Amino acid sequence: MLGEDGPAPGSPVDLKSVAGKPPVTSESFDLLVIGAGKAGLRAAIEAAEAGLKTVLVDENPIPYATMGEDVPRHFGQAMTGAARNRNAMMEAFVASEPLFEAAFEAGVDIRLGTACWGLYAKGAALRHLPGLVAGLSDETSASLVAPRHVIVATGRRDMGLGFPGWQLPGVMGASAARLLAEHYDGALTSGRIVILGSDTEALLTALALAKRGVKTAAVIDQAERPVASPDLIVGAEQAGIPILCRSVIREAIGSERVEGVLVGELDADGVPTGAELQIDCDGIVLAIGSVPMIDLLQAAGAACRFDPARGGHVPLVDFRGRTSLPSVYAIGDCAGIWPEKSRDATIAEQEACDAVDAILGRASERNDRPEPHAEYDLSAYRKAWLRASVIHARAEFPLCQCEDVSARDLLQLRPPRYLEWEGQMPEAHSLAALLAAGPPDPDQLKRMTRAGMGPCQGRRCREQIAALLALEADADLATVPLASYRAPVRPLPLALAASLGEVPLQGEHWDSWFGMHAQWRPFWEVKGQFTLATNDTSGEVASE
Amino acid sequence: MTRRPGTRDPKRTGAEVVIVGGGVTGLSAGFWLAREGVDVLVLEAGMVGDEASGRNGGGCSHHHSPLFAEEQRLWPLMDDLLGYPTEFRSERIRLAFSEAQMALYARAKINAEHQGFSTEILDTKEARKLVPLADENTVGGYFYHFGGHANPHRTLAGYAFAMEDHGGQLRQNTRVTGIRIQGGQVTGVETDAGFFGCDHLVIAAGPQTAHLAAMIGCDVPLAAARAEMIVTEALPLMPYGGVDGNGLYGRQTLRGNLAYGGGPHEWVETVPDRAPGKPSSPLMGGIANRLATLLPKAAHARIIRSWAGIMENTPDGRPVIDHAPGVDNVVVATLSSVGFGLSPASGRAIRDLVIERRCTFADISTFRLNRFADLEPDWRERLGWLPLR
Repeated sequence: MLGEDGPAPGSPVDLKSVAGKPPVTSESFDLLVIGAGKAGLRAAIEAAEAGLKTVLVDENPIPYATMGEDVPRHFGQAMTGAARNRNAMMEAFVASEPLFEAAFEAGVDIRLGTACWGLYAKGAALRHLPGLVAGLSDETSASLVAPRHVIVATGRRDMGLGFPGWQLPGVMGASAARLLAEHYDGALTSGRIVILGSDTEALLTALALAKRGVKTAAVIDQAERPVASPDLIVGAEQAGIPILCRSVIREAIGSERVEGVLVGELDADGVPTGAELQIDCDGIVLAIGSVPMIDLLQAAGAACRFDPARGGHVPLVDFRGRTSLPSVYAIGDCAGIWPEKSRDATIAEQEACDAVDAILGRASERNDRPEPHAEYDLSAYRKAWLRASVIHARAEFPLCQCEDVSARDLLQLRPPRYLEWEGQMPEAHSLAALLAAGPPDPDQLKRMTRAGMGPCQGRRCREQIAALLALEADADLATVPLASYRAPVRPLPLALAASLGEVPLQGEHWDSWFGMHAQWRPFWEVKGQFTLATNDTSGEVASE
Repeated sequence: MTRRPGTRDPKRTGAEVVIVGGGVTGLSAGFWLAREGVDVLVLEAGMVGDEASGRNGGGCSHHHSPLFAEEQRLWPLMDDLLGYPTEFRSERIRLAFSEAQMALYARAKINAEHQGFSTEILDTKEARKLVPLADENTVGGYFYHFGGHANPHRTLAGYAFAMEDHGGQLRQNTRVTGIRIQGGQVTGVETDAGFFGCDHLVIAAGPQTAHLAAMIGCDVPLAAARAEMIVTEALPLMPYGGVDGNGLYGRQTLRGNLAYGGGPHEWVETVPDRAPGKPSSPLMGGIANRLATLLPKAAHARIIRSWAGIMENTPDGRPVIDHAPGVDNVVVATLSSVGFGLSPASGRAIRDLVIERRCTFADISTFRLNRFADLEPDWRERLGWLPLR
């Protein structure tokens, strides 16, 4: 009855425990690659060509309704109706990347429209797992699979930034805009945009979108001068893209959707001077921070650290992409984003080859790629944006859109609005008081205010809240821990999760709690001394 | 112990009462003590409520406990007593999907009637009417006119804020590494942030309670386990959020999310110097399956999180709230994996043990530690309560 991981033969088993109840997996194979960008595709091709049974999943094309909730990126309702056509989007997505053809030829089992919502590794507190288990789902089904190795190549998303009106359709992340324009056959509603942020990623976005006919009316930055690589600044100027520095967005203008932005001038301290100008546009693109998409890895328990040269929190990896979880690798943007890598796809593809070499046990020399260096002070930059746009905002707005939590709510540690509590929060319990008493902890802030606990799973607010904490604590962003991610890292309907199945033993002994007779015996029936020998465990019991 | 409100020497490091453990039990005790002017300091190794106190279903319906009457009396008063919202809502509905479940869930009715609380038996139609997300698939259920549910995070914050408002202190990220004894009395605790003196010590540290009690030679038989919950996106509010059954505990929160747990637990080892890892697992599917049966009209709702918590159990699953043997001034408390709902009452009981040396409002003799005096030494092996190999 019990698998090899059960207690020693003959020893008693707690039938209400996980012993003998491994998850039911529907397939096992050599390698699961998650994400079909350049890195993931290259890894899958290399592995399949070397004879590994390889499955490559990618959540694109993402269902229209999911996009509408800004999962997994901040789409900001900027997708056209064409994005509803799944078949057309599937074709467009494949056509947008030449490596797909090679992957099909190599025999990679490619599953598009398939998200990986959970990754589970056997460990100190998950001893009943057979090894690695990954949860997959598409629109109509969900399953658990048991790969021997996993390569995570989930790419990037964008740091959110709040300002009055940022909830309006047409405010989107840079990577979401590029995805729609470049991989969804131009399914982007905006034709004239304003970009917030002036780093290399931001200007690459402007130039890439220009090729798709999207005009950048202005690039705005709170910094004194643009922070991108100089050749890109020249390139932007040559392309006629104005870059406005010491400026901040004061407001998104529009009733139903973005119709323009109000841009405010900043003084040397980053405070709006009151001088403003209006720019007409139908899209506002957030490009103040490209963020490695580490949700799946962090939720699985992979060790992560803050590395400003790699775009923020990234998994700890060695030069072959090995994470702290056995047989789990991270490559491409999710392992780190830096300017050279964004401009040279061969770097990510080399990471893919190195990881596959490690899986195959191929001898390979430690490569001597230069360590990435930060283009600018990422902590100071993100904090300055938050100060200018959020702290000095002219009106209150939800920083966490899902749970309707404003910056003021966060600073006061106010109980969530749905409670309609009318009391006053004393100064003694403010965020400042909390930070005076201990280190910043976004998870604590989540629990107190609910910021980050909605369906978008904190993707639009978590980097902002980290920057807010760093600002309030007067500390470097590196000192703010990462708010926890939790599986499922993509919303999963109950009905689909319910179809995952279970071993019969789990159903036979299912109980709401520990299923202990003695625990629920009414106190007036409890005898003096307790021993196992005299404990009555006869009959059925249900925990209360 | 003598009460000396307002006599705390500001230069002294420590407090009249030091409480180890910033979960609901320790913080509630801190609140009750601070409320009457006792100088109290709660030490928490990590973050408030990071273990079982912050990771539970929020149920407040413990009809088997000698603290039940006080639990029922206090919950409706807690928002006013604390001055902060706990999200408490009274009453509970439990739905059954087989005659066997119907029979087993009758125990709450019997126990509560024994203590003067009433329950209505529901047929399929009545259950469907009271629970909009339910369907015709129940065999019936119970409408308990007692109990209810609150929000663990709101309640934790409420205890902590109220305790501080009354002059109590909370130190997070402060781990106790030793306990100083002199002449049969504890004089204070050593921590990674220095020594804190005290006249009285309360150990209410959840899974760490056994390690801490062992420092004063007190054997509290405990084993720790990991258990899981899921939460969905928000749905329109049902008239009663406290709906569970079908092998699940949980509720619809006032925000509208469905938060439910149940199913197999995993026994884990705890170590004194750090918090145990608490990953969730694919058990999410088993919980979702039962929730989709419990509330079929919510089957489309999407799970947005799953999480696990670590909780401790005594061999009989019942609390210990008692003076530690051999030392005069230490109270040891574990609620044995069922502590959230009882916390208003358990904290008050601890306050009583510290101040009055006995519980003044309930007979908690079944919570004594010496009930385990004859316990088989290999109880964990015999119960199969060991981590898997």
